[in-house]
Amino acid sequence: MLQDAIAGKLRAIVGAQWFKDDPESLITHSYDGTPMLQSLPDGVIYPANTDQVSSILKVLQAHRIPVVSRGSGTNLCGGTVPVQGGVVMVMHRMNQILEVDLENLTATVQPGLNTKAFITHVEGLGLFYPPDPSSMAISTIGGNIAECSGGLRGLKYGTTKDYVIGLEAVLANGEIIRTGGKLMKDVAGYDLTKLLVGSEGTLAVITEATLKLIPPPKTKMTMLAMYKDLYGAARTVSKIIENRIIPATLEFLDNPTIRVVDDFAKLGLPLDMDAILLIEQDGDAATVERDIARIADICRSENAERVSIAADEAEALKLLTARRSAFTALARLRPTTILEDATVPRSKIADMVLAINDIAKRHGVTICTFGHAGDGNLHPTATTDARDADEIHRVEEAFAEIFEAAIALGGTITGEHGVGLVKAPFLEWKVGAAGIEMMKAIKKSFDPDNILNPGKMFAKSARKRVVLSRG
Amino acid sequence: MRCGFCLPACPTFRETGIEAESPRGRIALMKAVADGIMNPDEAFETQMNHCLGCRACEPACPADVKYGQLLEQARDSVEKHTTTHRWWVKIARKAAFEGMFPHQNRMRLLGGGLQLYQKTGLRKLLRGAGIMKLFPPHMREMEAILPDASYKGVVEQIGTHHAAKGEQVAAVGLFRGCIMDVLFTETNKHTVELLNEAGFDVIIPETQNCCGALHAHSGEQDGAKELAKRNIAAFKAAGVDWIVSNAGGCGALLVEYDHLLQDDPQWKQDAAWFAARTIDVSQLLVRHGRLQSAAQAAAAAGAGSVIGGGLQTAGGAGCGGSCGGGVNFASGETVRITYQDSCHLRNVMRSSEAPRKLMRSVANAEFVELAEADRCCGSAGIYNLTQPQMAGQILDHKMEHVKRTGAHYLLTSNPGCLLQMKNGIEKHGMSGQMQALHVVDFLHERMCGTAGRSGSPD
Ligand SMILES: Cc1cc2nc3c(=O)[nH]c(=O)nc-3n(C[C@H](O)[C@H](O)[C@H](O)COP(=O)(O)OP(=O)(O)OC[C@H]3O[C@@H](n4cnc5c(N)ncnc54)[C@H](O)[C@@H]3O)c2cc1C
Ligand code: SF4
Ligand code: SF4
Repeated sequence: MLQDAIAGKLRAIVGAQWFKDDPESLITHSYDGTPMLQSLPDGVIYPANTDQVSSILKVLQAHRIPVVSRGSGTNLCGGTVPVQGGVVMVMHRMNQILEVDLENLTATVQPGLNTKAFITHVEGLGLFYPPDPSSMAISTIGGNIAECSGGLRGLKYGTTKDYVIGLEAVLANGEIIRTGGKLMKDVAGYDLTKLLVGSEGTLAVITEATLKLIPPPKTKMTMLAMYKDLYGAARTVSKIIENRIIPATLEFLDNPTIRVVDDFAKLGLPLDMDAILLIEQDGDAATVERDIARIADICRSENAERVSIAADEAEALKLLTARRSAFTALARLRPTTILEDATVPRSKIADMVLAINDIAKRHGVTICTFGHAGDGNLHPTATTDARDADEIHRVEEAFAEIFEAAIALGGTITGEHGVGLVKAPFLEWKVGAAGIEMMKAIKKSFDPDNILNPGKMFAKSARKRVVLSRG
Repeated sequence: MRCGFCLPACPTFRETGIEAESPRGRIALMKAVADGIMNPDEAFETQMNHCLGCRACEPACPADVKYGQLLEQARDSVEKHTTTHRWWVKIARKAAFEGMFPHQNRMRLLGGGLQLYQKTGLRKLLRGAGIMKLFPPHMREMEAILPDASYKGVVEQIGTHHAAKGEQVAAVGLFRGCIMDVLFTETNKHTVELLNEAGFDVIIPETQNCCGALHAHSGEQDGAKELAKRNIAAFKAAGVDWIVSNAGGCGALLVEYDHLLQDDPQWKQDAAWFAARTIDVSQLLVRHGRLQSAAQAAAAAGAGSVIGGGLQTAGGAGCGGSCGGGVNFASGETVRITYQDSCHLRNVMRSSEAPRKLMRSVANAEFVELAEADRCCGSAGIYNLTQPQMAGQILDHKMEHVKRTGAHYLLTSNPGCLLQMKNGIEKHGMSGQMQALHVVDFLHERMCGTAGRSGSPD
């Protein structure tokens, strides 16, 4: 509980209605999309504008009270679980599109804006904002920026960081900074914009963002390639890239994932296949057709059983939407679903899929795999039961080995979901001890009292590497 | 699993943007109560009552979380523990849940009372004397749009057995509902005629009673179970192939009788039998009715239009005629129609296509999709009476979309929604250009060329 005096100050800033500390509000802000994590905050606050954010931070800084910025709480790394209590600051009220600049092709928005609402709005204006995390129907732009989210279109169009060109943010001491702007070129000093993108609410609170928009592709085609052989599918991914074709979307789903997705979306997917690739190409009509034909050839050369093309836009959309539900749909299998985010260079996809299956077998756990294969970004997902401590332990060990394997293949411990609480013990594996020290120094200069999302990103102690025995 | 896919589907979350007002938030609260982190206190009770129970969160959930069942358990435990109900609420609830709804004949008496009130000038008198002003405005609004009640239900008016026209497709039992039978007796009659026309023998078992939905949704599980057993027995005895419902709210509970009675070894099997056979009238017509075979015949002959593109309009059909050739929707002037889904029909019975297919197949009617038709209208059982503020807000948003359709008829598949839509039309000053009707009444009117009575403005 916050002291009455502090709660009073916060109420005075936002109005009594927008600061809450009743049990109901605390419980409903004690979790996010990550399984098995929960911790109660002391209060929940809903600011309406940048000045309020600034005033709130001044009060919290003065009393060294932690603050967790929160969009829709869909992140999968425990990023918004208030592990040290304090105040959860929900950005939902700041949800306006402030401007779409048709001359510069930029949009300026507030952080609480729903991602899909934004995408729909700019598409209505004949423009295109590519970052489309599978959670886009729920997530906010602020959350996307803080996690540097990627999506189904990341392969060809890049991720959130490639579209954020300017930010307004409030520092821990309440000061407001502006970075970048409606500029395609800007090298004035360190690139604070890029630093804040992916900073997971640990460096500053983002209160406004200027985003780059691009013209939309003229046409697109969507196809499914189906395989009886998992590795054939994985090899196809590498081969498409090797052949210098960059599809807009190149997604991988293994058999258990196909089954649960179909159970939800009732698409009539081929349940007897070991894997399917969902491939989309966009651009001008001639290129699209040529690319799709060449991709189909590659699929067949890697023993695809069948290749089919979506009849129309509606069917394509259904397929993509179904793919976006994969993570949640896997919860149909077992009570607890733990999804990870290992990423490797694209040429190593087949090796990684092999490694995952091997590791799962050795630890006696079930791990389904799907993901943005074209980015090398796989989501090995354990279907398990949180009540079985022994099994959960084996799952954790298996994931540790999966990260190890990813790094050994030149990959990383997270491709898009961020470090948060969950990956903190593994961060050092990726960036090294000196890297961690550097990052901590940056954190300290932004937030000397460690009030911004404390406990995230940096673990008290790094996890020891497990010895990898690949047989 | 807390992915949040259900958030955008939830009307109360959309109105407030507050996590506690979302399915994910409510489930977290229920879990907190189950885990003992939180007491099922007044705030908890309030939040559970804020939920419309529209169950839009269920089809949105890829993990197949059964929100409706969780909610019923939560409300049941609140009911058992509550200290907040004031004495008169308790008495009123007891009267309604134990004294009224379980008894079909008492419901009709109530209907009779209402009819007396409406017909004798008592209504005029009270309204004139300004006594209605004593009630809160949302109650007054509802009173004003209540259709004329009847103390004679469908069985009392037309009897229990009704033979199919032409060759019989199947024998079906009509679930007449309690509110439905009192306030919308005509709709029940029209349902029978429509079903006869499409090739079904219709039986209306006399011993059936209220479905129990209001009980189940208000945390009166035991009452709901008793009612379920009586209905199952009634329809089993009638020997029917299907059990037809024309009210989404009732139908949704009927198809879940198997769940309701899953722990009752004596009734388990019969409940499964019942649940598997329950179907909404639109779905029955589209899937098994002669309607479909007429469409297929037309398609096979390569002539005429088929379902989805306007059904054949050949003459000779009509409930008065003896054609027996299946239902043909024919009528004079072209009207524009639109449709508000019944949440429970859509989200629990999972039927959104069938009513649309039927409406699209009506000749001389242009079907326009209502934006966000899949969103709850705020009626939600008695929600509009218990949570007038949220219900009003939701209704206002709904009517903005309705206005944009420019429809002459706003059709629905559930009495609660129908009343709410009538209320909305009235409130937004649209009664001059638009009328709310049950889908069945509209189809019947087009089929027989007679205006549905319940649709006539009063
Ligand atoms: C079903 C599902 C599918 C997903 N698919 C993808 C995917 O394809 N790609 C992907 O990258 N991610 C995916 N995610 C993860 C998640 O949706 C993204 O990380 C998303 O960007 C989070 O947005 P949010 O609004 O929910 O943010 P939150 O979860 O609320 O917050 C995320 C982080 O951002 C910080 N934050 C939020 N707002 C601000 C702000 N204004 N200023 C500073 N910090 C802030 C928080 O402190 C936290 O650290 C998925 C999640 C789910 C549940
Ligand atoms: S109920 Fe379903 S959609 Fe909602 S948070 Fe839980 S798993 Fe996700
Ligand atoms: S039943 Fe309706 S109102 Fe209740 S949580 Fe689900 S979607 Fe929201």
